[in-house]
Amino acid sequence: MVTAGEVWAALGEIPDPEIPVISLVDLGVIRDVTVDGGTVRVELTPTFLGCPALEVMRRALEEAVAGLGATPEVAVIQDDSWSTDRITASGREKLRVAGLAPPAPRAAGATTLVQLQSKAFRCPYCGSTETKLENIFGPTPCRSIRWCESCRQPFEQFKTI
Amino acid sequence: MSERSLLLLSIADDELILGWRDSEWTGIAPTLEEDVAFSSIAQNEIGHARALYELAATELGGDADALAFDRALDDYRCAPLVELHLLEWAHTIARRWLYEEADWIRIEALKAGDDTELAGLAAKIDREEVYHRIHAQMWAHRLGDEPRFRAAVEELWPYALGVLPAELRPELARRTGLQLETAGAVERGTHTSELEALWNEMTEVRRSVPGATW
Repeated sequence: MVTAGEVWAALGEIPDPEIPVISLVDLGVIRDVTVDGGTVRVELTPTFLGCPALEVMRRALEEAVAGLGATPEVAVIQDDSWSTDRITASGREKLRVAGLAPPAPRAAGATTLVQLQSKAFRCPYCGSTETKLENIFGPTPCRSIRWCESCRQPFEQFKTI
Repeated sequence: MSERSLLLLSIADDELILGWRDSEWTGIAPTLEEDVAFSSIAQNEIGHARALYELAATELGGDADALAFDRALDDYRCAPLVELHLLEWAHTIARRWLYEEADWIRIEALKAGDDTELAGLAAKIDREEVYHRIHAQMWAHRLGDEPRFRAAVEELWPYALGVLPAELRPELARRTGLQLETAGAVERGTHTSELEALWNEMTEVRRSVPGATW
Protein backbone atom coordinates (compact mmCIF):
# COMPACT_ATOMS: atom_id res chain seq x y z
CA MET A 1 0.00 0.00 0.00
CA VAL A 2 1.21 3.49 -0.87
CA THR A 3 2.25 5.86 1.95
CA ALA A 4 1.43 9.57 2.30
CA GLY A 5 5.16 10.32 1.99
CA GLU A 6 5.33 8.55 -1.38
CA VAL A 7 2.29 10.52 -2.56
CA TRP A 8 3.84 13.86 -1.49
CA ALA A 9 7.06 12.91 -3.31
CA ALA A 10 5.11 12.11 -6.50
CA LEU A 11 3.10 15.32 -6.30
CA GLY A 12 6.35 17.25 -5.84
CA GLU A 13 7.24 16.22 -9.38
CA ILE A 14 4.16 17.83 -10.97
CA PRO A 15 4.99 21.20 -12.55
CA ASP A 16 2.59 24.12 -12.30
CA PRO A 17 0.79 24.28 -15.69
CA GLU A 18 1.47 28.00 -16.19
CA ILE A 19 4.79 28.43 -14.35
CA PRO A 20 6.44 25.03 -14.92
CA VAL A 21 9.65 25.92 -13.03
CA ILE A 22 7.75 25.40 -9.78
CA SER A 23 5.92 22.28 -8.59
CA LEU A 24 2.39 22.14 -7.20
CA VAL A 25 3.90 21.29 -3.79
CA ASP A 26 6.24 24.31 -3.98
CA LEU A 27 3.25 26.46 -4.93
CA GLY A 28 1.50 25.36 -1.74
CA VAL A 29 -1.77 24.37 -3.40
CA ILE A 30 -1.75 20.83 -1.96
CA ARG A 31 -3.40 21.29 1.40
CA ASP A 32 -3.51 17.72 2.58
CA VAL A 33 -2.92 14.11 1.55
CA THR A 34 -4.65 11.23 3.31
CA VAL A 35 -4.33 7.54 2.48
CA ASP A 36 -7.28 5.27 3.24
CA GLY A 37 -6.59 1.74 2.03
CA GLY A 38 -6.27 1.91 -1.74
CA THR A 39 -7.76 5.41 -1.96
CA VAL A 40 -5.71 8.60 -1.78
CA ARG A 41 -7.55 11.82 -1.02
CA VAL A 42 -5.78 14.99 -2.10
CA GLU A 43 -7.06 18.41 -1.06
CA LEU A 44 -6.32 21.02 -3.70
CA THR A 45 -6.83 24.69 -2.99
CA PRO A 46 -6.90 27.05 -5.97
CA THR A 47 -4.61 30.07 -6.21
CA PHE A 48 -7.05 32.43 -7.94
CA LEU A 49 -10.64 31.30 -8.46
CA GLY A 50 -10.56 32.28 -12.12
CA CYS A 51 -7.35 30.39 -12.80
CA PRO A 52 -7.91 28.17 -15.85
CA ALA A 53 -5.06 25.90 -14.71
CA LEU A 54 -7.22 24.42 -11.96
CA GLU A 55 -8.68 21.61 -14.09
CA VAL A 56 -5.24 20.81 -15.50
CA MET A 57 -3.89 20.58 -11.94
CA ARG A 58 -6.72 18.30 -10.89
CA ARG A 59 -6.10 15.91 -13.78
CA ALA A 60 -2.34 15.89 -13.17
CA LEU A 61 -2.93 15.02 -9.50
CA GLU A 62 -5.29 12.20 -10.43
CA GLU A 63 -2.77 10.79 -12.90
CA ALA A 64 0.05 10.97 -10.37
CA VAL A 65 -1.96 9.12 -7.72
CA ALA A 66 -3.14 6.55 -10.25
CA GLY A 67 0.51 6.09 -11.28
CA LEU A 68 1.22 4.90 -7.74
CA GLY A 69 -1.44 2.21 -8.10
CA ALA A 70 -4.01 3.96 -5.88
CA THR A 71 -7.47 5.40 -6.56
CA PRO A 72 -7.40 9.21 -6.59
CA GLU A 73 -9.99 11.39 -4.92
CA VAL A 74 -9.19 15.05 -5.54
CA ALA A 75 -11.24 17.58 -3.56
CA VAL A 76 -11.07 21.25 -4.53
CA ILE A 77 -11.30 23.31 -1.33
CA GLN A 78 -12.72 26.78 -1.95
CA ASP A 79 -11.87 28.63 1.22
CA ASP A 80 -9.11 31.13 1.86
CA SER A 81 -6.53 28.62 3.02
CA TRP A 82 -4.19 29.45 0.13
CA SER A 83 -2.19 32.62 0.17
CA THR A 84 1.12 33.45 -1.46
CA ASP A 85 2.72 32.90 1.96
CA ARG A 86 2.25 29.16 1.26
CA ILE A 87 4.82 29.22 -1.55
CA THR A 88 7.88 27.41 -0.18
CA ALA A 89 11.33 29.00 0.16
CA SER A 90 12.68 26.81 -2.64
CA GLY A 91 9.64 27.72 -4.74
CA ARG A 92 10.40 31.43 -4.27
CA GLU A 93 13.98 30.94 -5.37
CA LYS A 94 12.86 28.98 -8.47
CA LEU A 95 10.48 31.81 -9.39
CA ARG A 96 13.24 34.40 -9.05
CA VAL A 97 15.66 32.41 -11.20
CA ALA A 98 12.94 32.12 -13.86
CA GLY A 99 12.60 35.94 -13.94
CA LEU A 100 9.42 36.14 -11.89
CA ALA A 101 9.80 38.22 -8.73
CA PRO A 102 8.41 36.25 -5.76
CA PRO A 103 5.48 37.73 -3.84
CA ALA A 104 6.11 39.98 -0.87
CA PRO A 105 5.13 38.45 2.49
CA ARG A 106 1.50 39.07 3.29
CA ALA A 107 1.22 42.04 5.64
CA ALA A 108 -1.22 41.96 8.54
CA GLY A 109 -3.78 44.08 6.71
CA ALA A 110 -4.94 44.15 3.12
CA THR A 111 -2.55 45.11 0.33
CA THR A 112 -2.58 48.82 -0.51
CA LEU A 113 -1.50 50.87 -3.51
CA VAL A 114 1.22 52.49 -1.39
CA GLN A 115 2.72 49.07 -0.65
CA LEU A 116 2.58 48.12 -4.33
CA GLN A 117 4.32 51.34 -5.35
CA SER A 118 7.11 51.01 -2.78
CA LYS A 119 10.64 50.32 -3.93
CA ALA A 120 10.95 47.26 -1.72
CA PHE A 121 10.50 44.91 -4.66
CA ARG A 122 13.67 43.48 -6.13
CA CYS A 123 14.34 43.05 -9.85
CA PRO A 124 14.81 39.31 -10.56
CA TYR A 125 17.38 40.08 -13.28
CA CYS A 126 19.81 42.54 -11.65
CA GLY A 127 18.74 42.54 -7.98
CA SER A 128 18.08 46.29 -7.86
CA THR A 129 15.31 47.63 -5.65
CA GLU A 130 14.90 50.65 -7.96
CA THR A 131 11.67 49.25 -9.39
CA LYS A 132 8.22 50.68 -9.93
CA LEU A 133 4.73 49.33 -10.49
CA GLU A 134 3.61 49.42 -14.12
CA ASN A 135 0.32 47.55 -13.84
CA ILE A 136 -1.36 45.79 -10.93
CA PHE A 137 -2.67 43.31 -13.50
CA GLY A 138 -0.67 41.09 -15.80
CA PRO A 139 -0.89 38.18 -18.23
CA THR A 140 -2.43 35.84 -15.62
CA PRO A 141 -4.53 36.65 -12.52
CA CYS A 142 -1.57 35.94 -10.21
CA ARG A 143 0.90 38.44 -11.73
CA SER A 144 1.60 42.17 -11.77
CA ILE A 145 3.96 44.04 -14.08
CA ARG A 146 6.89 46.09 -12.74
CA TRP A 147 9.73 48.05 -14.33
CA CYS A 148 13.36 48.06 -13.22
CA GLU A 149 14.95 51.51 -13.37
CA SER A 150 18.47 50.04 -13.06
CA CYS A 151 18.56 47.48 -15.88
CA ARG A 152 15.61 49.03 -17.71
CA GLN A 153 13.66 45.80 -18.04
CA PRO A 154 10.02 45.07 -17.39
CA PHE A 155 9.45 42.03 -15.18
CA GLU A 156 6.57 40.07 -13.74
CA GLN A 157 5.84 39.94 -10.04
CA PHE A 158 3.73 37.33 -8.28
CA LYS A 159 0.85 39.20 -6.63
CA THR A 160 0.63 38.94 -2.86
CA ILE A 161 -2.73 37.56 -1.82
CA MET B 1 -35.56 27.86 -3.59
CA SER B 2 -33.87 28.59 -0.23
CA GLU B 3 -32.82 32.08 0.83
CA ARG B 4 -29.23 30.87 0.69
CA SER B 5 -29.51 29.72 -2.92
CA LEU B 6 -31.17 32.99 -3.91
CA LEU B 7 -28.31 34.90 -2.29
CA LEU B 8 -25.66 32.74 -3.97
CA LEU B 9 -27.30 33.14 -7.38
CA SER B 10 -27.67 36.90 -6.90
CA ILE B 11 -23.98 37.39 -6.20
CA ALA B 12 -22.86 34.85 -8.81
CA ASP B 13 -25.04 36.48 -11.49
CA ASP B 14 -23.65 39.93 -10.58
CA GLU B 15 -20.10 38.67 -10.96
CA LEU B 16 -20.79 36.74 -14.18
CA ILE B 17 -22.59 39.56 -15.95
CA LEU B 18 -20.18 42.26 -14.78
CA GLY B 19 -17.27 40.03 -15.80
CA TRP B 20 -18.88 39.75 -19.22
CA ARG B 21 -19.34 43.52 -19.47
CA ASP B 22 -15.78 44.23 -18.33
CA SER B 23 -14.45 41.79 -20.91
CA GLU B 24 -16.03 43.93 -23.63
CA TRP B 25 -13.04 46.28 -23.18
CA THR B 26 -10.58 43.54 -24.13
CA GLY B 27 -8.72 44.81 -27.18
CA ILE B 28 -10.29 48.28 -27.23
CA ALA B 29 -9.52 49.90 -23.83
CA PRO B 30 -8.04 53.43 -23.95
CA THR B 31 -4.55 52.19 -23.02
CA LEU B 32 -2.77 48.86 -23.23
CA GLU B 33 -2.48 48.77 -19.41
CA GLU B 34 -6.25 49.08 -19.07
CA ASP B 35 -6.79 46.45 -21.74
CA VAL B 36 -4.79 44.04 -19.56
CA ALA B 37 -6.46 45.26 -16.34
CA PHE B 38 -10.04 44.89 -17.57
CA SER B 39 -9.33 41.47 -19.08
CA SER B 40 -7.78 40.26 -15.81
CA ILE B 41 -10.56 41.72 -13.65
CA ALA B 42 -13.17 40.09 -15.89
CA GLN B 43 -11.42 36.73 -15.54
CA ASN B 44 -11.43 37.06 -11.76
CA GLU B 45 -15.10 38.05 -11.58
CA ILE B 46 -16.15 35.10 -13.74
CA GLY B 47 -13.98 32.85 -11.55
CA HIS B 48 -15.87 34.09 -8.50
CA ALA B 49 -19.14 33.41 -10.28
CA ARG B 50 -18.04 29.85 -11.01
CA ALA B 51 -17.17 29.16 -7.38
CA LEU B 52 -20.47 30.63 -6.17
CA TYR B 53 -22.48 28.65 -8.75
CA GLU B 54 -20.69 25.46 -7.66
CA LEU B 55 -21.74 26.13 -4.09
CA ALA B 56 -25.32 26.80 -5.22
CA ALA B 57 -25.30 23.62 -7.31
CA THR B 58 -24.85 21.48 -4.19
CA GLU B 59 -28.45 22.40 -3.34
CA LEU B 60 -29.93 23.18 -6.76
CA GLY B 61 -28.31 20.35 -8.71
CA GLY B 62 -26.52 20.65 -12.04
CA ASP B 63 -23.17 22.37 -12.22
CA ALA B 64 -21.69 25.85 -12.62
CA ASP B 65 -22.12 25.86 -16.41
CA ALA B 66 -25.76 24.83 -16.16
CA LEU B 67 -26.53 27.57 -13.64
CA ALA B 68 -24.59 30.17 -15.60
CA PHE B 69 -25.93 29.41 -19.07
CA ASP B 70 -29.04 27.21 -19.00
CA ARG B 71 -31.46 29.44 -17.09
CA ALA B 72 -34.18 31.53 -18.67
CA LEU B 73 -33.53 35.25 -18.97
CA ASP B 74 -36.08 36.14 -16.29
CA ASP B 75 -34.52 33.73 -13.81
CA TYR B 76 -31.27 35.69 -13.55
CA ARG B 77 -30.92 37.49 -10.21
CA CYS B 78 -28.30 40.09 -11.12
CA ALA B 79 -28.67 43.75 -10.19
CA PRO B 80 -29.52 46.05 -13.13
CA LEU B 81 -26.24 47.95 -12.51
CA VAL B 82 -24.15 45.14 -14.00
CA GLU B 83 -26.38 44.67 -17.03
CA LEU B 84 -25.86 48.10 -18.56
CA HIS B 85 -23.92 48.18 -21.81
CA LEU B 86 -21.48 51.00 -21.05
CA LEU B 87 -18.71 51.29 -23.60
CA GLU B 88 -17.84 54.78 -22.42
CA TRP B 89 -14.94 55.30 -20.04
CA ALA B 90 -16.47 57.67 -17.45
CA HIS B 91 -19.51 55.41 -17.04
CA THR B 92 -17.39 52.28 -17.01
CA ILE B 93 -15.17 53.62 -14.22
CA ALA B 94 -18.18 54.96 -12.32
CA ARG B 95 -19.73 51.49 -12.40
CA ARG B 96 -16.52 49.70 -11.47
CA TRP B 97 -16.02 52.02 -8.50
CA LEU B 98 -19.63 51.91 -7.27
CA TYR B 99 -19.83 48.15 -7.72
CA GLU B 100 -16.56 47.45 -5.92
CA GLU B 101 -17.57 49.63 -2.96
CA ALA B 102 -20.94 47.85 -2.74
CA ASP B 103 -19.41 44.40 -3.23
CA TRP B 104 -16.88 45.11 -0.48
CA ILE B 105 -19.67 45.79 2.02
CA ARG B 106 -21.45 42.61 0.94
CA ILE B 107 -18.27 40.51 1.24
CA GLU B 108 -17.54 41.87 4.72
CA ALA B 109 -21.04 40.87 5.81
CA LEU B 110 -20.62 37.35 4.41
CA LYS B 111 -17.21 36.93 6.05
CA ALA B 112 -18.73 37.84 9.41
CA GLY B 113 -21.80 35.61 8.90
CA ASP B 114 -22.73 32.27 10.49
CA ASP B 115 -22.52 30.29 7.23
CA THR B 116 -18.94 29.03 7.51
CA GLU B 117 -18.80 27.59 4.00
CA LEU B 118 -19.92 30.86 2.45
CA ALA B 119 -17.73 32.88 4.85
CA GLY B 120 -14.68 30.87 3.73
CA LEU B 121 -15.42 31.44 0.05
CA ALA B 122 -16.09 35.14 0.70
CA ALA B 123 -12.69 35.43 2.39
CA LYS B 124 -11.07 33.81 -0.64
CA ILE B 125 -12.88 36.18 -3.01
CA ASP B 126 -11.94 39.13 -0.80
CA ARG B 127 -8.21 38.46 -1.25
CA GLU B 128 -8.62 38.94 -5.00
CA GLU B 129 -11.06 41.83 -4.81
CA VAL B 130 -8.46 43.91 -2.95
CA TYR B 131 -6.76 44.47 -6.30
CA HIS B 132 -10.02 45.41 -8.03
CA ARG B 133 -10.71 48.00 -5.32
CA ILE B 134 -7.25 49.52 -5.63
CA HIS B 135 -7.77 49.82 -9.39
CA ALA B 136 -11.28 51.30 -9.07
CA GLN B 137 -10.33 53.73 -6.29
CA MET B 138 -7.24 54.88 -8.17
CA TRP B 139 -9.38 55.69 -11.23
CA ALA B 140 -12.14 57.33 -9.19
CA HIS B 141 -9.50 59.51 -7.54
CA ARG B 142 -7.86 60.33 -10.86
CA LEU B 143 -11.12 61.33 -12.53
CA GLY B 144 -12.20 63.12 -9.34
CA ASP B 145 -14.36 66.12 -10.15
CA GLU B 146 -14.33 65.73 -13.93
CA PRO B 147 -17.89 66.67 -14.94
CA ARG B 148 -18.37 63.62 -17.15
CA PHE B 149 -17.32 61.31 -14.33
CA ARG B 150 -19.49 63.05 -11.71
CA ALA B 151 -22.48 62.92 -14.06
CA ALA B 152 -21.91 59.20 -14.64
CA VAL B 153 -21.70 58.56 -10.87
CA GLU B 154 -24.97 60.45 -10.28
CA GLU B 155 -26.67 58.57 -13.11
CA LEU B 156 -25.56 55.14 -11.85
CA TRP B 157 -26.02 55.78 -8.13
CA PRO B 158 -29.65 54.49 -8.00
CA TYR B 159 -28.44 51.34 -9.76
CA ALA B 160 -25.56 50.93 -7.28
CA LEU B 161 -27.99 51.00 -4.35
CA GLY B 162 -29.84 48.07 -5.97
CA VAL B 163 -26.77 45.84 -5.55
CA LEU B 164 -27.24 45.76 -1.76
CA PRO B 165 -30.15 44.88 0.53
CA ALA B 166 -31.72 47.95 2.14
CA GLU B 167 -29.95 47.52 5.48
CA LEU B 168 -26.48 47.81 3.90
CA ARG B 169 -27.25 50.88 1.76
CA PRO B 170 -26.51 53.59 4.37
CA GLU B 171 -22.96 52.23 4.61
CA LEU B 172 -22.55 52.51 0.83
CA ALA B 173 -23.73 56.11 0.95
CA ARG B 174 -21.29 56.83 3.75
CA ARG B 175 -18.31 55.31 1.94
CA THR B 176 -19.02 56.93 -1.41
CA GLY B 177 -20.06 60.30 0.00
CA LEU B 178 -23.34 60.16 -1.95
CA GLN B 179 -26.81 61.00 -0.67
CA LEU B 180 -29.07 58.12 0.27
CA GLU B 181 -32.35 60.03 0.42
CA THR B 182 -32.23 61.54 -3.06
CA ALA B 183 -32.18 58.22 -4.85
CA GLY B 184 -34.82 55.61 -5.46
CA ALA B 185 -32.95 52.35 -5.94
CA VAL B 186 -33.16 50.38 -9.19
CA GLU B 187 -33.93 47.08 -7.54
CA ARG B 188 -32.74 43.55 -8.20
CA GLY B 189 -35.45 41.37 -9.73
CA THR B 190 -36.19 43.71 -12.60
CA HIS B 191 -34.07 43.63 -15.73
CA THR B 192 -32.94 46.29 -18.16
CA SER B 193 -33.54 45.71 -21.86
CA GLU B 194 -29.77 45.45 -22.28
CA LEU B 195 -29.53 42.09 -20.54
CA GLU B 196 -31.41 40.32 -23.32
CA ALA B 197 -28.80 40.90 -26.02
CA LEU B 198 -26.06 39.80 -23.64
CA TRP B 199 -28.02 36.68 -22.63
CA ASN B 200 -28.63 35.78 -26.28
CA GLU B 201 -24.92 35.98 -27.05
CA MET B 202 -23.73 34.35 -23.82
CA THR B 203 -26.02 31.30 -24.05
CA GLU B 204 -26.01 30.82 -27.82
CA VAL B 205 -23.63 27.85 -27.93
CA ARG B 206 -25.37 26.03 -25.07
CA ARG B 207 -28.78 26.58 -26.68
CA SER B 208 -27.57 25.52 -30.13
CA VAL B 209 -25.83 22.36 -28.94
CA PRO B 210 -27.13 21.31 -25.51
CA GLY B 211 -24.40 19.73 -23.41
CA ALA B 212 -21.65 21.00 -25.69
CA THR B 213 -18.11 20.90 -24.31
CA TRP B 214 -14.93 22.40 -25.72
